[in-house]
Amino acid sequence: MRVGVLALQGDVREHLDVIESLGHQGIAVKYREELDNIDALIIPGGESTTIGKLADRFDLLEPMKKRIAEGLPTLGTCAGMILLAKATTGTRQNLLAELDITVERNAFGRQIDSFEADLDIKGLDEPFHAVFIRAPLVQSASDDVEVLAVVDGRPVLVRQDHIIAASFHPELTKDDRIHRMLMSSVVER
Amino acid sequence: MEAQTGSDRVKRGLAEMLKGGVIMDVVNPEQARIAEEAGAVAVMALERVPADIRVQGGVARMSDPDMIQSIQDAVSIPVMAKARIGHFVEAQVLESLGVDYVDESEVLTPADMDNHIDKWSFTVPFVCGATNLGEALRRIGEGAAMIRTKGEAGTGDVKEAVTHARTLHGEIRRLTTLDDAELMAAARDHRAPYELVREVAETGVLPVVNFAAGGIATPADAALMMQLGVDGVFVGSGIFKSGNPEVRAKAIVEATTYYRDPSIIAKVSRNLGEAMVGINIGELRGEELLANRGW
Repeated sequence: MRVGVLALQGDVREHLDVIESLGHQGIAVKYREELDNIDALIIPGGESTTIGKLADRFDLLEPMKKRIAEGLPTLGTCAGMILLAKATTGTRQNLLAELDITVERNAFGRQIDSFEADLDIKGLDEPFHAVFIRAPLVQSASDDVEVLAVVDGRPVLVRQDHIIAASFHPELTKDDRIHRMLMSSVVER
Repeated sequence: MEAQTGSDRVKRGLAEMLKGGVIMDVVNPEQARIAEEAGAVAVMALERVPADIRVQGGVARMSDPDMIQSIQDAVSIPVMAKARIGHFVEAQVLESLGVDYVDESEVLTPADMDNHIDKWSFTVPFVCGATNLGEALRRIGEGAAMIRTKGEAGTGDVKEAVTHARTLHGEIRRLTTLDDAELMAAARDHRAPYELVREVAETGVLPVVNFAAGGIATPADAALMMQLGVDGVFVGSGIFKSGNPEVRAKAIVEATTYYRDPSIIAKVSRNLGEAMVGINIGELRGEELLANRGW
Protein backbone atom coordinates (compact mmCIF):
# COMPACT_ATOMS: atom_id res chain seq x y z
CA MET A 1 0.00 0.00 0.00
CA ARG A 2 1.01 3.61 -0.52
CA VAL A 3 1.18 5.73 2.60
CA GLY A 4 1.71 9.47 2.28
CA VAL A 5 3.58 11.38 4.99
CA LEU A 6 2.96 15.13 4.90
CA ALA A 7 6.50 16.43 4.32
CA LEU A 8 6.35 20.18 4.88
CA GLN A 9 8.35 20.08 8.12
CA GLY A 10 8.99 17.73 11.04
CA ASP A 11 10.03 14.11 11.62
CA VAL A 12 8.93 12.83 8.21
CA ARG A 13 11.82 10.37 7.79
CA GLU A 14 10.96 8.48 10.98
CA HIS A 15 7.40 7.82 9.79
CA LEU A 16 8.58 6.77 6.32
CA ASP A 17 11.01 4.34 7.96
CA VAL A 18 8.23 2.68 9.98
CA ILE A 19 5.98 2.42 6.91
CA GLU A 20 8.76 0.90 4.84
CA SER A 21 9.70 -1.54 7.62
CA LEU A 22 6.08 -2.75 7.52
CA GLY A 23 6.51 -3.54 3.82
CA HIS A 24 4.54 -0.61 2.44
CA GLN A 25 5.57 2.24 0.18
CA GLY A 26 6.13 5.57 1.93
CA ILE A 27 5.61 8.78 -0.03
CA ALA A 28 6.75 12.19 1.18
CA VAL A 29 3.88 14.53 0.28
CA LYS A 30 4.79 18.13 -0.63
CA TYR A 31 2.44 18.84 -3.52
CA ARG A 32 -1.33 18.49 -3.74
CA GLU A 33 -1.20 16.02 -6.67
CA GLU A 34 0.66 13.62 -4.41
CA LEU A 35 -2.47 13.30 -2.27
CA ASP A 36 -4.42 11.72 -5.12
CA ASN A 37 -2.58 8.44 -5.17
CA ILE A 38 -2.27 7.33 -1.56
CA ASP A 39 -4.14 4.76 0.57
CA ALA A 40 -3.41 6.38 3.92
CA LEU A 41 -1.96 9.63 5.27
CA ILE A 42 0.31 10.45 8.20
CA ILE A 43 0.71 13.95 9.58
CA PRO A 44 4.02 13.87 11.47
CA GLY A 45 5.44 15.57 14.52
CA GLY A 46 6.87 19.04 14.01
CA GLU A 47 5.69 22.57 14.69
CA SER A 48 1.95 22.68 14.08
CA THR A 49 1.95 26.42 13.34
CA THR A 50 4.67 26.00 10.69
CA ILE A 51 3.06 22.97 9.03
CA GLY A 52 -0.37 24.63 9.08
CA LYS A 53 0.90 27.83 7.48
CA LEU A 54 2.83 26.00 4.76
CA ALA A 55 -0.12 23.69 4.03
CA ASP A 56 -2.31 26.75 3.62
CA ARG A 57 0.14 28.74 1.48
CA PHE A 58 0.90 25.82 -0.83
CA ASP A 59 -2.70 24.80 -1.28
CA LEU A 60 -2.59 21.49 0.59
CA LEU A 61 -4.94 22.26 3.47
CA GLU A 62 -8.24 22.05 1.60
CA PRO A 63 -7.31 19.06 -0.58
CA MET A 64 -6.11 17.16 2.52
CA LYS A 65 -9.27 18.07 4.39
CA LYS A 66 -11.36 16.82 1.48
CA ARG A 67 -9.48 13.50 1.22
CA ILE A 68 -9.76 12.89 4.96
CA ALA A 69 -13.46 13.78 4.94
CA GLU A 70 -13.95 11.23 2.15
CA GLY A 71 -12.55 8.52 4.41
CA LEU A 72 -8.77 8.44 3.82
CA PRO A 73 -7.30 6.58 6.82
CA THR A 74 -5.17 9.13 8.66
CA LEU A 75 -2.75 9.13 11.60
CA GLY A 76 -1.56 12.33 13.26
CA THR A 77 1.21 12.39 15.88
CA CYS A 78 1.77 15.38 18.19
CA ALA A 79 1.66 18.33 15.75
CA GLY A 80 -0.40 15.99 13.55
CA MET A 81 -2.96 15.58 16.32
CA ILE A 82 -3.20 19.36 16.64
CA LEU A 83 -3.67 19.82 12.89
CA LEU A 84 -6.42 17.20 12.76
CA ALA A 85 -8.31 18.77 15.66
CA LYS A 86 -11.43 20.87 15.32
CA ALA A 87 -10.01 23.55 17.62
CA THR A 88 -7.12 24.49 19.89
CA THR A 89 -7.29 26.36 23.17
CA GLY A 90 -5.42 29.65 23.31
CA THR A 91 -3.99 29.84 19.80
CA ARG A 92 -5.46 30.66 16.42
CA GLN A 93 -3.95 28.61 13.64
CA ASN A 94 -4.68 26.72 10.42
CA LEU A 95 -6.35 23.36 11.17
CA LEU A 96 -7.83 20.50 9.18
CA ALA A 97 -10.67 20.26 11.71
CA GLU A 98 -11.65 16.70 10.74
CA LEU A 99 -11.32 15.19 14.23
CA ASP A 100 -13.92 16.18 16.77
CA ILE A 101 -11.58 17.17 19.61
CA THR A 102 -10.32 20.36 21.18
CA VAL A 103 -6.60 20.27 21.87
CA GLU A 104 -4.48 22.14 24.38
CA ARG A 105 -1.00 22.75 22.94
CA ASN A 106 2.14 22.33 25.07
CA ALA A 107 -0.19 20.99 27.75
CA PHE A 108 2.55 19.44 29.89
CA GLY A 109 4.68 22.60 29.91
CA ARG A 110 7.97 23.43 28.25
CA GLN A 111 10.72 21.15 26.92
CA ILE A 112 12.10 20.43 30.42
CA ASP A 113 8.72 18.79 31.14
CA SER A 114 8.89 16.54 28.06
CA PHE A 115 8.99 12.88 29.11
CA GLU A 116 8.84 9.24 28.15
CA ALA A 117 6.69 6.66 29.92
CA ASP A 118 4.94 3.30 29.49
CA LEU A 119 1.35 3.75 28.46
CA ASP A 120 -1.57 1.33 28.63
CA ILE A 121 -3.47 1.38 25.36
CA LYS A 122 -6.92 -0.06 24.81
CA GLY A 123 -6.69 -3.07 22.50
CA LEU A 124 -2.95 -3.62 23.00
CA ASP A 125 -1.76 -6.38 25.36
CA GLU A 126 1.58 -4.89 26.33
CA PRO A 127 2.19 -1.26 27.40
CA PHE A 128 3.48 1.14 24.74
CA HIS A 129 6.64 3.12 25.47
CA ALA A 130 5.53 6.62 24.56
CA VAL A 131 7.66 9.73 24.01
CA PHE A 132 5.95 13.05 24.76
CA ILE A 133 7.72 16.17 23.47
CA ARG A 134 6.13 19.53 24.23
CA ALA A 135 3.05 17.42 23.81
CA PRO A 136 -0.59 18.43 23.40
CA LEU A 137 -3.49 16.96 25.35
CA VAL A 138 -7.08 16.44 24.32
CA GLN A 139 -9.10 18.89 26.35
CA SER A 140 -12.50 17.74 25.16
CA ALA A 141 -13.84 15.22 22.67
CA SER A 142 -17.26 14.52 21.21
CA ASP A 143 -19.07 11.22 21.85
CA ASP A 144 -17.98 10.00 18.42
CA VAL A 145 -14.37 9.95 19.55
CA GLU A 146 -13.03 6.80 21.22
CA VAL A 147 -10.35 7.36 23.85
CA LEU A 148 -7.63 4.67 23.61
CA ALA A 149 -5.14 5.97 26.19
CA VAL A 150 -4.95 8.62 28.90
CA VAL A 151 -2.33 10.41 30.98
CA ASP A 152 -3.57 11.87 34.27
CA GLY A 153 -7.10 11.11 33.15
CA ARG A 154 -6.80 13.11 29.92
CA PRO A 155 -6.82 11.54 26.45
CA VAL A 156 -3.49 11.16 24.59
CA LEU A 157 -4.56 8.62 21.96
CA VAL A 158 -7.94 8.85 20.27
CA ARG A 159 -9.76 7.40 17.31
CA GLN A 160 -12.74 8.61 15.33
CA ASP A 161 -13.70 6.25 12.48
CA HIS A 162 -10.70 6.27 10.12
CA ILE A 163 -8.72 8.96 12.00
CA ILE A 164 -6.20 8.15 14.75
CA ALA A 165 -4.39 10.85 16.70
CA ALA A 166 -1.62 10.53 19.30
CA SER A 167 -0.15 13.32 21.39
CA PHE A 168 3.09 11.29 21.61
CA HIS A 169 5.55 10.01 18.97
CA PRO A 170 5.21 6.31 18.06
CA GLU A 171 7.65 7.00 15.21
CA LEU A 172 10.49 7.66 17.67
CA THR A 173 10.47 4.18 19.21
CA LYS A 174 10.93 0.80 17.60
CA ASP A 175 7.29 -0.09 18.32
CA ASP A 176 5.12 -0.13 15.20
CA ARG A 177 1.79 -1.10 16.76
CA ILE A 178 0.13 2.28 16.25
CA HIS A 179 1.21 2.41 12.61
CA ARG A 180 -0.24 -1.12 12.28
CA MET A 181 -3.56 0.24 13.62
CA LEU A 182 -3.54 2.75 10.77
CA MET A 183 -2.74 0.07 8.22
CA SER A 184 -5.48 -2.22 9.47
CA SER A 185 -8.03 0.52 8.97
CA VAL A 186 -6.88 0.69 5.33
CA VAL A 187 -7.58 -3.03 4.99
CA GLU A 188 -11.03 -2.65 6.56
CA ARG A 189 -12.08 -0.15 3.93
CA MET B 1 2.77 5.63 35.23
CA GLU B 2 6.43 6.45 35.74
CA ALA B 3 7.57 9.41 33.66
CA GLN B 4 11.20 10.13 32.81
CA THR B 5 12.19 13.68 31.86
CA GLY B 6 15.49 14.90 30.40
CA SER B 7 16.33 11.58 28.70
CA ASP B 8 18.48 11.43 25.59
CA ARG B 9 15.47 10.46 23.51
CA VAL B 10 13.41 13.38 24.76
CA LYS B 11 16.26 15.87 24.29
CA ARG B 12 17.23 14.69 20.81
CA GLY B 13 13.56 14.20 19.97
CA LEU B 14 12.74 17.90 20.10
CA ALA B 15 15.44 18.55 17.51
CA GLU B 16 13.88 15.83 15.32
CA MET B 17 10.63 17.82 15.43
CA LEU B 18 12.42 20.96 14.18
CA LYS B 19 13.74 19.24 11.04
CA GLY B 20 13.01 20.91 7.74
CA GLY B 21 12.47 24.17 9.56
CA VAL B 22 14.03 27.59 10.12
CA ILE B 23 15.13 28.88 13.54
CA MET B 24 15.35 32.66 13.65
CA ASP B 25 17.33 35.04 15.86
CA VAL B 26 15.05 37.61 17.50
CA VAL B 27 15.81 40.42 19.94
CA ASN B 28 12.31 41.38 21.11
CA PRO B 29 8.73 40.03 21.29
CA GLU B 30 7.69 41.89 18.15
CA GLN B 31 10.37 40.15 16.09
CA ALA B 32 9.44 36.84 17.71
CA ARG B 33 5.84 37.27 16.55
CA ILE B 34 7.01 38.12 13.03
CA ALA B 35 9.15 34.97 13.03
CA GLU B 36 6.28 32.78 14.24
CA GLU B 37 3.90 34.33 11.72
CA ALA B 38 6.41 33.65 8.93
CA GLY B 39 6.50 29.96 9.91
CA ALA B 40 9.69 29.67 11.99
CA VAL B 41 9.90 26.38 13.95
CA ALA B 42 11.64 28.11 16.86
CA VAL B 43 13.21 31.41 17.82
CA MET B 44 16.59 32.17 19.36
CA ALA B 45 16.15 34.93 21.94
CA LEU B 46 19.19 37.18 22.20
CA GLU B 47 19.99 40.79 22.98
CA ARG B 48 22.08 41.55 19.95
CA VAL B 49 22.22 39.67 16.67
CA PRO B 50 25.74 38.59 15.66
CA ALA B 51 26.08 41.41 13.10
CA ASP B 52 25.67 43.95 15.93
CA ILE B 53 27.98 42.05 18.26
CA ARG B 54 30.65 42.37 15.56
CA VAL B 55 30.13 46.10 15.13
CA GLN B 56 29.76 47.00 18.81
CA GLY B 57 32.41 44.66 20.21
CA GLY B 58 32.81 44.20 23.96
CA VAL B 59 31.90 41.08 25.94
CA ALA B 60 28.79 39.32 24.63
CA ARG B 61 26.88 37.49 27.38
CA MET B 62 23.62 35.65 28.08
CA SER B 63 20.57 37.86 27.50
CA ASP B 64 18.51 39.59 30.20
CA PRO B 65 16.07 37.00 31.67
CA ASP B 66 13.32 39.59 31.46
CA MET B 67 13.80 39.89 27.72
CA ILE B 68 13.85 36.09 27.28
CA GLN B 69 10.67 35.80 29.34
CA SER B 70 8.92 38.45 27.23
CA ILE B 71 9.71 36.42 24.11
CA GLN B 72 8.50 33.19 25.76
CA ASP B 73 5.24 34.96 26.53
CA ALA B 74 4.87 36.25 22.97
CA VAL B 75 5.01 32.97 20.99
CA SER B 76 3.86 29.34 21.19
CA ILE B 77 6.84 27.87 19.29
CA PRO B 78 10.02 26.73 21.13
CA VAL B 79 12.30 29.46 22.48
CA MET B 80 16.06 28.90 22.54
CA ALA B 81 18.68 31.11 24.19
CA LYS B 82 22.46 31.33 24.17
CA ALA B 83 24.97 30.71 26.95
CA ARG B 84 28.68 31.39 26.67
CA ILE B 85 30.97 28.42 25.95
CA GLY B 86 31.78 26.81 29.31
CA HIS B 87 29.50 29.13 31.29
CA PHE B 88 27.42 26.50 33.05
CA VAL B 89 25.80 29.00 35.39
CA GLU B 90 24.34 30.95 32.47
CA ALA B 91 23.01 27.58 31.28
CA GLN B 92 21.54 26.88 34.73
CA VAL B 93 19.79 30.24 34.64
CA LEU B 94 18.40 29.56 31.17
CA GLU B 95 17.17 26.14 32.30
CA SER B 96 15.43 27.72 35.29
CA LEU B 97 13.68 30.14 32.91
CA GLY B 98 12.30 27.14 31.03
CA VAL B 99 13.93 27.84 27.66
CA ASP B 100 13.40 24.87 25.33
CA TYR B 101 16.99 24.60 24.08
CA VAL B 102 20.28 26.17 25.24
CA ASP B 103 22.76 27.14 22.52
CA GLU B 104 26.30 26.95 23.90
CA SER B 105 27.46 29.48 21.39
CA GLU B 106 30.70 30.81 19.95
CA VAL B 107 28.79 33.97 19.04
CA LEU B 108 29.05 34.99 22.70
CA THR B 109 32.42 35.60 24.33
CA PRO B 110 33.75 32.26 25.63
CA ALA B 111 33.92 31.86 29.43
CA ASP B 112 36.21 28.81 29.52
CA MET B 113 39.13 28.43 27.12
CA ASP B 114 39.49 24.68 27.73
CA ASN B 115 36.17 23.14 28.64
CA HIS B 116 32.66 23.21 27.32
CA ILE B 117 29.62 22.74 29.58
CA ASP B 118 28.92 19.24 30.93
CA LYS B 119 25.59 19.02 29.18
CA TRP B 120 24.65 15.59 30.56
CA SER B 121 23.96 17.18 33.94
CA PHE B 122 21.05 19.26 32.57
CA THR B 123 17.40 18.45 31.87
CA VAL B 124 17.22 21.11 29.15
CA PRO B 125 18.77 20.01 25.83
CA PHE B 126 21.75 21.78 24.25
CA VAL B 127 22.70 22.65 20.69
CA CYS B 128 26.39 23.31 19.96
CA GLY B 129 28.35 24.57 16.98
CA ALA B 130 30.86 22.49 15.04
CA THR B 131 33.14 23.06 12.07
CA ASN B 132 33.97 19.40 11.46
CA LEU B 133 33.15 15.84 12.56
CA GLY B 134 35.58 15.71 15.47
CA GLU B 135 34.20 18.88 16.99
CA ALA B 136 30.61 17.64 16.52
CA LEU B 137 31.41 14.31 18.22
CA ARG B 138 33.21 16.01 21.11
CA ARG B 139 30.11 18.13 21.73
CA ILE B 140 27.84 15.08 21.48
CA GLY B 141 30.24 13.31 23.86
CA GLU B 142 29.63 16.17 26.32
CA GLY B 143 25.87 15.71 25.95
CA ALA B 144 24.81 17.99 23.09
CA ALA B 145 21.45 16.82 21.69
CA MET B 146 21.70 18.81 18.46
CA ILE B 147 24.54 20.18 16.33
CA ARG B 148 24.72 23.19 14.07
CA THR B 149 27.56 23.72 11.66
CA LYS B 150 28.97 27.10 12.65
CA GLY B 151 29.48 28.98 9.43
CA GLU B 152 30.54 32.54 10.21
CA ALA B 153 27.81 34.32 12.15
CA GLY B 154 26.90 37.93 11.45
CA THR B 155 28.45 38.10 8.00
CA GLY B 156 25.64 37.24 5.58
CA ASP B 157 28.36 35.32 3.71
CA VAL B 158 27.40 31.67 3.28
CA LYS B 159 30.80 30.28 2.26
CA GLU B 160 31.91 29.07 5.71
CA ALA B 161 28.52 27.41 6.28
CA VAL B 162 29.11 25.52 3.05
CA THR B 163 32.67 24.62 4.03
CA HIS B 164 31.61 23.28 7.41
CA ALA B 165 28.69 21.26 6.07
CA ARG B 166 30.82 19.77 3.29
CA THR B 167 33.63 19.01 5.73
CA LEU B 168 31.28 17.30 8.19
CA HIS B 169 29.51 15.20 5.57
CA GLY B 170 32.74 14.33 3.76
CA GLU B 171 34.34 13.15 6.99
CA ILE B 172 31.29 11.03 7.81
CA ARG B 173 31.40 9.44 4.35
CA ARG B 174 35.08 8.62 4.71
CA LEU B 175 34.49 7.09 8.14
CA THR B 176 32.02 4.61 6.66
CA THR B 177 34.73 3.28 4.32
CA LEU B 178 37.14 2.33 7.13
CA ASP B 179 37.49 -1.17 8.50
CA ASP B 180 37.22 -1.87 12.23
CA ALA B 181 40.97 -1.84 12.78
CA GLU B 182 41.20 1.70 11.41
CA LEU B 183 38.58 3.26 13.66
CA MET B 184 40.79 3.86 16.68
CA ALA B 185 43.26 5.82 14.58
CA ALA B 186 40.33 7.74 13.10
CA ALA B 187 39.10 8.57 16.60
CA ARG B 188 42.61 9.83 17.44
CA ASP B 189 42.80 11.93 14.27
CA HIS B 190 39.36 13.44 14.81
CA ARG B 191 40.06 13.86 18.54
CA ALA B 192 36.65 12.29 19.10
CA PRO B 193 35.25 9.61 21.46
CA TYR B 194 35.88 6.14 20.00
CA GLU B 195 32.36 4.84 20.68
CA LEU B 196 30.80 7.74 18.75
CA VAL B 197 33.27 7.32 15.89
CA ARG B 198 32.28 3.66 15.66
CA GLU B 199 28.58 4.50 15.75
CA VAL B 200 28.92 7.04 12.92
CA ALA B 201 31.05 4.60 10.89
CA GLU B 202 28.25 2.02 11.18
CA THR B 203 25.23 4.29 10.59
CA GLY B 204 26.73 6.86 8.21
CA VAL B 205 24.93 9.71 10.00
CA LEU B 206 25.41 11.85 13.09
CA PRO B 207 23.44 10.47 16.05
CA VAL B 208 21.73 13.87 16.45
CA VAL B 209 20.05 16.37 14.16
CA ASN B 210 22.34 18.87 12.40
CA PHE B 211 21.29 22.33 11.24
CA ALA B 212 23.35 24.85 9.27
CA ALA B 213 24.08 28.29 10.69
CA GLY B 214 26.25 31.33 10.15
CA GLY B 215 25.87 33.46 7.04
CA ILE B 216 22.53 32.35 5.58
CA ALA B 217 20.86 35.51 4.22
CA THR B 218 18.65 34.52 1.27
CA PRO B 219 16.09 31.83 0.34
CA ALA B 220 18.64 30.38 -2.09
CA ASP B 221 21.26 30.22 0.71
CA ALA B 222 18.82 28.21 2.84
CA ALA B 223 17.97 25.85 -0.02
CA LEU B 224 21.67 25.44 -0.80
CA MET B 225 22.36 24.25 2.74
CA MET B 226 19.37 21.90 2.63
CA GLN B 227 20.55 20.40 -0.66
CA LEU B 228 23.96 19.91 0.92
CA GLY B 229 22.21 17.62 3.38
CA VAL B 230 21.61 19.53 6.62
CA ASP B 231 18.36 18.98 8.53
CA GLY B 232 17.33 22.65 8.79
CA VAL B 233 18.74 26.16 9.10
CA PHE B 234 19.40 28.88 11.65
CA VAL B 235 19.10 32.40 10.32
CA GLY B 236 20.61 35.00 12.58
CA SER B 237 21.23 38.53 11.35
CA GLY B 238 20.00 37.67 7.83
CA ILE B 239 16.34 38.41 8.51
CA PHE B 240 16.05 41.34 10.86
CA LYS B 241 19.07 43.15 9.38
CA SER B 242 17.41 43.08 5.94
CA GLY B 243 15.12 45.62 4.33
CA ASN B 244 11.86 43.71 4.74
CA PRO B 245 12.04 41.11 7.53
CA GLU B 246 8.40 39.89 7.25
CA VAL B 247 8.70 39.00 3.59
CA ARG B 248 12.22 37.64 3.79
CA ALA B 249 11.46 35.44 6.81
CA LYS B 250 8.49 33.90 5.03
CA ALA B 251 10.50 33.39 1.84
CA ILE B 252 13.33 31.63 3.67
CA VAL B 253 10.83 29.30 5.39
CA GLU B 254 9.24 28.41 2.06
CA ALA B 255 12.57 27.87 0.31
CA THR B 256 13.68 25.60 3.16
CA THR B 257 10.62 23.38 2.69
CA TYR B 258 10.74 23.35 -1.11
CA TYR B 259 14.53 23.32 -1.31
CA ARG B 260 14.58 21.08 -4.37
CA ASP B 261 12.12 23.19 -6.34
CA PRO B 262 13.92 26.06 -8.16
CA SER B 263 10.66 27.49 -9.48
CA ILE B 264 9.36 27.99 -5.94
CA ILE B 265 12.71 29.39 -4.80
CA ALA B 266 12.61 31.81 -7.75
CA LYS B 267 9.07 32.84 -6.90
CA VAL B 268 9.77 33.55 -3.23
CA SER B 269 13.04 35.35 -4.07
CA ARG B 270 11.26 38.09 -6.05
CA ASN B 271 11.09 41.60 -4.58
CA LEU B 272 12.50 40.74 -1.18
CA GLY B 273 13.99 44.18 -0.70
CA GLU B 274 17.56 44.63 0.41
CA ALA B 275 19.48 41.72 1.88
CA MET B 276 21.68 42.44 4.88
CA VAL B 277 24.76 44.31 3.72
CA GLY B 278 27.11 41.66 4.98
CA ILE B 279 30.83 41.24 5.41
CA ASN B 280 33.03 39.26 3.06
CA ILE B 281 34.62 36.65 5.35
CA GLY B 282 37.91 37.05 3.48
CA GLU B 283 38.19 40.57 4.91
CA LEU B 284 38.03 39.36 8.52
CA ARG B 285 41.20 38.84 10.54
CA GLY B 286 41.80 35.49 12.26
CA GLU B 287 40.82 36.71 15.72
CA GLU B 288 37.57 38.12 14.32
CA LEU B 289 36.41 34.70 13.14
CA LEU B 290 33.81 33.38 15.59
CA ALA B 291 34.01 29.85 14.18
CA ASN B 292 37.49 29.48 15.69
CA ARG B 293 36.00 29.66 19.18
CA GLY B 294 35.29 26.27 20.75
CA TRP B 295 37.76 23.47 21.43
